[in-house]
Amino acid sequence: MENRNVTFMIYGLVAAWLIVLGYVVLLALRERKLRKELDRVRHMVEGGKQS
Amino acid sequence: MRDKILFSLAAIAAVILTWNIHTIFAAVPDELNQGPIFRIIYFHVPSNILALSGFGIGMMCSIVYLFTKNLKYDAIAEGVTEVSLVFATIGLITGSIWGRIIWGVWWAWDVRLTSFLVCWLIFAGYLMLRRAIEEPIQRARLSAVVSVFGTVDAYIVWKSIEWYRNQHPGPVLSIRNGGGMAPGMEAPLYWNLLALFCLSIILVMVRMRQESFAREIDSLRREAHSF
Repeated sequence: MENRNVTFMIYGLVAAWLIVLGYVVLLALRERKLRKELDRVRHMVEGGKQS
Repeated sequence: MRDKILFSLAAIAAVILTWNIHTIFAAVPDELNQGPIFRIIYFHVPSNILALSGFGIGMMCSIVYLFTKNLKYDAIAEGVTEVSLVFATIGLITGSIWGRIIWGVWWAWDVRLTSFLVCWLIFAGYLMLRRAIEEPIQRARLSAVVSVFGTVDAYIVWKSIEWYRNQHPGPVLSIRNGGGMAPGMEAPLYWNLLALFCLSIILVMVRMRQESFAREIDSLRREAHSF
């Protein structure tokens, strides 16, 4: 019973940090995608102005 | 300046969490009836406090948007609500793991748990609604209504342990007149709350920066279409 208690405590703490980590990774991927898109649109606008 | 604030908050959160994890595992004794599993409370309660208060802040920003029609408040509401939903997910999952040991079941359909699940579903729906609507004004108006609706449920979640007889434990913190924890056990919970609060501000600020990128992309696209 005591071992199971400790195991589930570890599950709980690991789950909490995995959720935070997952969200941070999601934010990082989203930011990279947005920066790429921003660069692409900036080049498109600059190209449009020159022509 | 913004990056300096982010790094300072990250440093504060890291120091508090490192010191606090040591305190929780090395200094705080096991709870008499629950054993080591009670330590889940140090993440479960702060996560839920941040989630419910975040939903409230999101609702206030949404109401300010409805009065001012300034989309900046809608962007803040979205950022705060998304981060709050992450903390609500932590609250639900850690609570379920705790319940498996203490109650012998993963889930109990009492008022606290059910209203919290409904709250989670409403705000998950809020984010899905935002992805589904392209037009910014309509998106902001409709999501503000959902935010107000969801926050009413968040208030029911908060008060449910006082209003109803639940399987979920009643208030334990002394700030809610619970008095169910020894002072040495209660203090690390507030430190964790502070650390997770710093973390949530970092996440909201990153989310806000992404919103400003998205707005810039939209305005550049409009400019490109005008050629």
